[in-house]
Amino acid sequence: MDRHQGLTQRGSGWLHRHANARLLGLLSLPAAWLVLAYLGALVAMLLAAFWTTNDFTGAIEHTTTLTNFTALVTQPVYRTIAVRSLGVAALVTLVDAVVAMPMAYYMAKVASPRVRRMLLVAVLTPLWASYLVKAYAWRVMLANGGVIDWLLAPVGLHGPGYGLLATVLTLSYLWLPFMVLPLFAGLERIPDTLLEASADQGARAGRTFRSIVLPLLYPALFAGALFTFSLSLGDYITVKIVGGATQLASNVIYDNITTGGNLPFAAAAAFFPILVMVFFLVGARRTGALDEL
Amino acid sequence: MYGRHRTLAVMSGLVASVLLAAGCGSSSSSSKSNNAAPAVPKVPLQKTVGPGEGQLDLVNWAGYAEDGTNDKTVDWVHPFEKATGCKVNDKIGNTSDEMVTLMKSGQYDGVSASGDATLRLVYGGDVAPVATALVPNYASIQPFLKDRPWNSVNGQMYGIPHGWGANLLMYNAASVRPAPTSWSAVFDPNSPYKGKVTAYDSPIYIADAALYLKATKPDLKITNPYALDKTQLAAAVVLLKAQRKNVGEYWADYTKEVQAFESRNSVVGTTWQVIANLVAADKKVGVQAITPKEGTTGWSDTWMIAAKAKHPNCMYKWMNWITSAKVNAQVAEWFGEAPAQSLACTETADKGFCTTYHAADKAYSDAIAYWTTPTTHCLDGRGNICTDYAAWTQAWTDIKG
Repeated sequence: MDRHQGLTQRGSGWLHRHANARLLGLLSLPAAWLVLAYLGALVAMLLAAFWTTNDFTGAIEHTTTLTNFTALVTQPVYRTIAVRSLGVAALVTLVDAVVAMPMAYYMAKVASPRVRRMLLVAVLTPLWASYLVKAYAWRVMLANGGVIDWLLAPVGLHGPGYGLLATVLTLSYLWLPFMVLPLFAGLERIPDTLLEASADQGARAGRTFRSIVLPLLYPALFAGALFTFSLSLGDYITVKIVGGATQLASNVIYDNITTGGNLPFAAAAAFFPILVMVFFLVGARRTGALDEL
Repeated sequence: MYGRHRTLAVMSGLVASVLLAAGCGSSSSSSKSNNAAPAVPKVPLQKTVGPGEGQLDLVNWAGYAEDGTNDKTVDWVHPFEKATGCKVNDKIGNTSDEMVTLMKSGQYDGVSASGDATLRLVYGGDVAPVATALVPNYASIQPFLKDRPWNSVNGQMYGIPHGWGANLLMYNAASVRPAPTSWSAVFDPNSPYKGKVTAYDSPIYIADAALYLKATKPDLKITNPYALDKTQLAAAVVLLKAQRKNVGEYWADYTKEVQAFESRNSVVGTTWQVIANLVAADKKVGVQAITPKEGTTGWSDTWMIAAKAKHPNCMYKWMNWITSAKVNAQVAEWFGEAPAQSLACTETADKGFCTTYHAADKAYSDAIAYWTTPTTHCLDGRGNICTDYAAWTQAWTDIKG
């Protein structure tokens, strides 16, 4: 008993004197999880991209080859899909930014604290509902003779039906809270005095927005865009529900895993979103949007 | 600045290690060429069925192992457990591919495999041949379902047939006129129903195009829609790409097609009998489901036993149970397919059921080109010049564009 206690005391004393060892002991477990489970899985996936499958049994063959990448680069269909996916992700981000900006501005600068709280709850509530329920709700609304058709009928228009436009619309709806929240937080951090000073100097609302609000809001805008862009780029379910016959980059990955059983090809296709996000982050770093994050 | 450089260094290090590891892998193994006809892995045939092991782990389609959870009156699992003492654990497989993956894990005793999964399991050595003498109910299974290319190899059965159905042509009777009799209704590039055509969203649908080409383009010499060489596959792809321009949406989830027809987003396309029944029951639109003159593709499901089954006796007992007249009738009615058991037709609640599903109609069944896994080794015996399912999957991506 005594010896045991002595050991514990000596141990804690040693740890007290060696700050680095203490830190190592604290961090090694979560760090191991990060490295092994998270990065390890990522490396395993990237490695798999260089393998192929047996033509007949579908078993994975561990030979290094660039066939998967050659197919991805040379076959025009994958280029079309890549461009389409980028376009959808960019468009969704743009739509969300344009819609979220006035919402966030109203919440942060105009609304009373009570209304602000209520609006915040209103923005957050849809996140509690299942993604699938929301996507299928849009499917019903966009159907032939659905709510959208009914709303547009008085002006003599027809809903877009299922397709790329429906996909952009649905994705914009799904990811809107991810844009509103960072913008709201960013706007809240901008002191009202700056806006007043700008007005005192004779700047109109538009000028104040362009020269004061937007530059200060840049990191928040980037954070929101990071969410909407990456979520859109990785989505494959919405496009299956409302996309009609269209397919996006993630569908290529999904189809190769679940139907084709071609894991190596799917892994190779997964390089595309990874590369896009790396470029996205590097580009954002160049413009300085990451400095404030 | 320091921080940034460090992240860059870590990232480049990561990339370098990936490339290095990939390079190292090259020397470890080499691919075996398979120019000869593939050999079936030798898995011993069970000789006797002893007492049950007390447990049974299944992989099956939804609705094939009902224990009353979904509908109190639909339960053939509990009676089986009572009769045999084998407790059933069922795992739902959503696609044929998922089923193959699950069976490869070696944790299951048996699977209800469709024809596009069976051969993969047989040649992968994942399932064992079945001694049909040990399954008494096999004797009265519809003879036209026995010894077929998707459930047997070299005259040896690899499972017990469960049920089957055809992929039909469904159309909205009000908007599609005159009533179609041919698959040209969905393959005609100048279709008047542009944007309202639907098709099954799976590479296996390429076989539907091949079946149409078999009838309309004899020059291509297609004998089996699942045995396509490169030229034949290319022709099917051209046809499907032309169809793509008229397709409003593809369906894989059957509820999606029900809804699309009811909202008139789709008016003509491929379907299953059960979908046509559901749309008809809802009475929102009038639909017809027909067998076009070129014939149809379809599915035929087979109960197979795992090569390394831990509870083989229970699995044999299950295969006999599920194909018994009463239970087979229950499953067929619940799922909406033709029962494999000939005696099931007298046990169905709806006396006209077997007529609706053409269960005893050999000619109807023979006209169906059942889903079969396309392999490089041609199913029609032309050698190793055919395209495999992986090639079909990539072609399907190309078709959808």
